[in-house]
Amino acid sequence: MPTLDDYRGQVPAWCPGCGNFGILNAVRKTFVGLGIEPHQVVMVSGIGQAAKLPHYTRCNIFNGLHGRTLPVATGVALANHELLTIVETGDGDCYAEGGNHFVHAIRRNVNVKLFVHDNQIYGLTKGQASPTSEEGMVTKLQPFGVLAGQENPLALAIALDCSFVARGFAGDMDFLQHLMSEAIRHKGFALIDILQPCVTFNRVNTFKWYGERVYRLEEGYDPADRAAAFERAREWGARIPIGILYRKERPLFEERVPVIRETPLVRQPFDFARVKEEANAFF
Amino acid sequence: MDYSLKIGGQAGQGLQTIGGLLAKVFSRLGYHVFTHQDYMSRIRGGHNFYQIRFADRPISCSRERVNLLVALDKNTIGIHRPTLAEGGLIIYDAEAVRDRYEGEEFFDLPAERLAVEKGGDRIMANSAAVGGVLGLLGLDLGAFEEIVRITMEKKGEPVVRGNIATGRAGSGFVREYCRRLDSFRTVPSGGERLMLIDGVTAMGLGALLSGVKLYSAYPMTPSTGVMTFLASKAKAHGLVVEQAEDEIAAINMALGASYAGVRAMTGTSGGGFALMQEGFSLAGMTETPLVIAEMQRPGPATGLPTRTEQGDLLFVVHAGHGEFPRVVFAPGTPEQAFLLTNKAFDLAEKYQVPVFVQGDQYLADSEWTGTGLPTERLVYTDYRLRGDKLAGLPSYKRYQFTDNGVSPLAVPGASKHLVVVDSDEHDEEGHIIEDAATRNRMVEKRLFRKLPLIRQEMAPPSLYGAEQPEIVLAGFGSTWGVMREVVDALSGRHRIAMLHFSEVFPLPLTDRFDYLALLRGARVSLCIESNATGQFARLLRAETGFGFTGRINRYDGRPFTLESLLGEVHAHLG
Repeated sequence: MPTLDDYRGQVPAWCPGCGNFGILNAVRKTFVGLGIEPHQVVMVSGIGQAAKLPHYTRCNIFNGLHGRTLPVATGVALANHELLTIVETGDGDCYAEGGNHFVHAIRRNVNVKLFVHDNQIYGLTKGQASPTSEEGMVTKLQPFGVLAGQENPLALAIALDCSFVARGFAGDMDFLQHLMSEAIRHKGFALIDILQPCVTFNRVNTFKWYGERVYRLEEGYDPADRAAAFERAREWGARIPIGILYRKERPLFEERVPVIRETPLVRQPFDFARVKEEANAFF
Repeated sequence: MDYSLKIGGQAGQGLQTIGGLLAKVFSRLGYHVFTHQDYMSRIRGGHNFYQIRFADRPISCSRERVNLLVALDKNTIGIHRPTLAEGGLIIYDAEAVRDRYEGEEFFDLPAERLAVEKGGDRIMANSAAVGGVLGLLGLDLGAFEEIVRITMEKKGEPVVRGNIATGRAGSGFVREYCRRLDSFRTVPSGGERLMLIDGVTAMGLGALLSGVKLYSAYPMTPSTGVMTFLASKAKAHGLVVEQAEDEIAAINMALGASYAGVRAMTGTSGGGFALMQEGFSLAGMTETPLVIAEMQRPGPATGLPTRTEQGDLLFVVHAGHGEFPRVVFAPGTPEQAFLLTNKAFDLAEKYQVPVFVQGDQYLADSEWTGTGLPTERLVYTDYRLRGDKLAGLPSYKRYQFTDNGVSPLAVPGASKHLVVVDSDEHDEEGHIIEDAATRNRMVEKRLFRKLPLIRQEMAPPSLYGAEQPEIVLAGFGSTWGVMREVVDALSGRHRIAMLHFSEVFPLPLTDRFDYLALLRGARVSLCIESNATGQFARLLRAETGFGFTGRINRYDGRPFTLESLLGEVHAHLG
């Protein structure tokens, strides 16, 4: 069985006190808790502080371009769906630069787990607004405050009938580990939007700010109720719900592609003698 | 015997059906065929044409003048009547075009009436046209009937029989009423049934026979045919063809699949590749094998979406931010497209670099005949580390420094060894670094060590014609066929040769064949390109210092024809 030591990677280059540490610990505990070996995991990330997480644990890693995590993860899943494919991304990476891919990955329903470290700000480029920044937030690039409306990724995902939609909080690590385990156990595309305080650039949405507002969804909440899920996704202000907001069994993309239903592409040998016959079809 | 015929009409009138059927009939009868298509970016209406040349000897380009024009509308007659060769004939349906033309170059074939009478449906008029052409040429309808049977089988026996009856009626009508039969008589080809294939299909077939497992792309003319072909083979041969949400997703998806251990490919045209460039650079940095079909059309921007140009050569040679090796192939024929796609997969995996197979609309849509594709020349080596070979390694580093710069390419998940790749500069294990010393070693590994080895793999240009030519026609990609025929046409009077580059970048070494000495020794060296600025000429000068004595460029979106290029070459010879 794997231990936490198996998931010890490079030394993190995050700011002291960063919300990412809580997420990193939750990820490592989730893998250990589920008995997953490092070589069975592929972590795909893009650019940003969240994107560095894979290096701080141990597994197979594809750290690619800004915003392009989901297409890479889709490619990995189509080639080998026996691997656990996890995307570590941020609100800028996933919702801004990668917004188009976010929509279409949800539509496909590949078995990819999408963990979005949502700190409502750009950290790596030093404090500009992100799609999830609250309207009116003043930054060096938004001196009149953020003029665009705040994106609600959970409501968007539910509108697209995403098969698993959850919100976590970096300050509630045990619950986050539970959500991650559920996301991995779930068959289908799974989104966890993780509220992650940025201790350097976001002076509004702090640990304290979230701590006063965040609550776990009550027992008896039915994640199958899409209309209720949509309402909860819109709850933002005095109270912010965390937990599995929406869950729906949808046919998995990998199971609907006939040629990989049984065996992943990567384990299918190339039969040249058989394929060669195709060259005779043009007479 | 060397006939050209053109079928013209509006989009949606079925001229592709007529053209495709005739080309197939000719090739089955053993004639050598060359076709090209000219179509507008619209689904209905407008003006399109399909040109077929067939002969009793190998041919490789279109001619300007046509012997036979099948006009499906009045517009076709207006536009193409001036291209009719002396003694040529225009076949049209007076009732359908609602006009009657006098003069001995016109023949009224009541295709729609015959279709209604013999086939029971006006829609079968195209079969009457095909039958009419075959009747005029004195060709047996056996091959036509065979093809109708195969292609229309799914539509049911009445449709098959109706089309065959209509075709026979068309042929019979022409043989009974046309007074010009003598001037269109054909001689038997004397050969066996030939293969007929176009450029995009040959490229797709090359990919299929090279073991491609994933093809992700966004539809874009003229590259879509590669994807369509592979999609049609997906189920039978176990490959995944995925239509991505955009070209950015397409290339990143292919890279994800390649990283995960399968051969992957993407395809697009210039505009789509503009979007792919960042991902292309990612392939360079992560050293992930990737094959890209880049099928050119005239730009800038949307340009002439359905027409041809060789305007992206320097674009792909310089594509992607940063410095890393890439390979560019530019096939001139379907056979070259087939073989070079295979070589692209081999080199991409052997050296872990992105490789282009660059074509254009002319190559993509042109059909050629041949005796078969040389499958015995295909190579397949799995360069990836997997199975026991990987599991048995004491340790593994994705970017291990090696003498030749090529690091072991392991498949993630296939063993306990972890495969770590990064778009940031990285160390041997694949983790992010920022120190100068490691950066220098990685650039040396990725670029300087691999490049000379890749360059040795590039085949020299092919020489056709005089061995020590006084006049050299040089080019790359789709001009192969027309240059070859110009050389044939001028060989009697001149010491002339064609120098054709199908492996374009990095430029081949001169040790096996000193093509630079040949060029320098020629009195007249002309670089022939379907673009405005002479991109290949510039590439050759930049890389070797050699300057051509003259350039011939065509950038109206139309291919060179035999007559048009002959005229231009003559102008340079004085």
